[in-house]
Amino acid sequence: MKSGLNKMAVVLVLLLLWEGYVRIAHVSPLLLPAPSRVLVGLGVYLENGALLRYTWQTLKMLLAGMGIGMLTAFGLTVLATTSRWGRDLLLTLTSIMNPLPGIALLPLALLWLGIGPRSLLFVIANSVVWAVALNLHTGFETVPLTWRRVGQNLGLRGWGLIRHVYLPAALPYLLTGTKIAWSFGWRTVIAAELVFGASGQAGGLGWMINLERYNLNTTGVFCGLVTIILLGFLAEAFFEAVEAWTIRRWGMSAG
Amino acid sequence: MRPVKLQIWDLAVAYPAGASCVTALEGINLTVHQGEKVVILGPSGCGKSTLLKTVGGFERPTRGTVLLDGRPVTAPGPDRAFVFQEFDQLFPWKTVVENLTFALKVARGIGAAEAWQRASEVLAMVGLSEWGRFYPHQLSGGMKMRVAIARALALQPALLLMDEPFAALDAQSRSGLQSLLNRMVAETRQTLLFVTHSIEEALVIGDRIVVMSARPGRIKQILEPTYTGLSLLERSEGAELRRQIRELLDQEAEEKAS
Repeated sequence: MKSGLNKMAVVLVLLLLWEGYVRIAHVSPLLLPAPSRVLVGLGVYLENGALLRYTWQTLKMLLAGMGIGMLTAFGLTVLATTSRWGRDLLLTLTSIMNPLPGIALLPLALLWLGIGPRSLLFVIANSVVWAVALNLHTGFETVPLTWRRVGQNLGLRGWGLIRHVYLPAALPYLLTGTKIAWSFGWRTVIAAELVFGASGQAGGLGWMINLERYNLNTTGVFCGLVTIILLGFLAEAFFEAVEAWTIRRWGMSAG
Repeated sequence: MRPVKLQIWDLAVAYPAGASCVTALEGINLTVHQGEKVVILGPSGCGKSTLLKTVGGFERPTRGTVLLDGRPVTAPGPDRAFVFQEFDQLFPWKTVVENLTFALKVARGIGAAEAWQRASEVLAMVGLSEWGRFYPHQLSGGMKMRVAIARALALQPALLLMDEPFAALDAQSRSGLQSLLNRMVAETRQTLLFVTHSIEEALVIGDRIVVMSARPGRIKQILEPTYTGLSLLERSEGAELRRQIRELLDQEAEEKAS
């Protein structure tokens, strides 16, 4: 709580310095708008609904891409846990794909899938899948033998064992993987939107930032950046709440 | 004579170790009758745990057969409820009572209401009625072990298998749980196969005591006290049996040393 207050104080001081500098030095709002101006801009964006539309578009793409990526990761992990070749496949693919920043695949995606939401989903899913698969695989591998045997002793086999023992037991790792997936996916979706703009008619936050640069509306650029930062805070609070409600309440932790 | 529950016939278990094999068990023949409490006792590495895990279906025999009610054992199953040595054998993401109801639903296909009813009954038997809503990490080691025993008993298995369940407990909790186990097994007429390395524990629990020798694990001798329970330890018969078992185990150790 105290560190939260300290952080707020730091932010407040920085904002005041920024505001003061812009006012005293008469900095052009084309280069650097004052925080008060950004706040007003945010108000306008919220009022005409544009900001919510951009945000929703980006979140929609990100959540869909994460969903595809995480399901693929789950499938790969089940294969890797149940068969030798599946394990080799996962570990090889991960070691090849993991060092590659997700956004680097965008040109290929545009070539294969065209300019549109499908390319966007492809690069997001790709940026998510390897980190999640790697974490979930570690989680599955480290499920204590005793829990597995208790499950078998109760007559659980195959899918039942995965659903009732492996998945909940690997939850700490799954959450870590999801957090990494969120941050990778978030970076990728913004970067991809910057590169090829709107998917279909609707554009997201990355597109908005780029558009307002074209329009020489630097205040609009800042509004986009502030929204991205605030969403990051919200996501962190969300994951924090999920962890408190599950693994911390159950006395579980990764590793 | 009571009907035969478990029959182990010429059982051998070997593990691959590099190019060769390590024989964990050899030539094991054992019959357990309905309602009997049989304790397997031996030094560490004598294969007593392997024997129990083979009956549980977790290990595959290299030779011989294990018959439960006349049918061969091929895989793990709830007809042989297993209590493991570790405290952490409850699922931490379920409360105490959920651990029991989950087991009943999955293993016995019992509906939610009846599962809850039966779970409450066994929790009361182990004296943990007040703890149903708690999560396992909030319980002490001894309490977790009582829940694990309650879970196994709730399943009403054909055979109850226990692998040194009290080894990690302090002396006071251990003797408390030994009496509790004796009482509950007597009430439910449960057939029990119990592994331990403690002579005292074997005397307190076993109707019959199977003494094993190590490398390869074989049955050395089977002892039948005329009386079971805590007070056996104070009787002259208890002292005599204790001396006899210690001699068997010492003899074993000497043979290994020479």
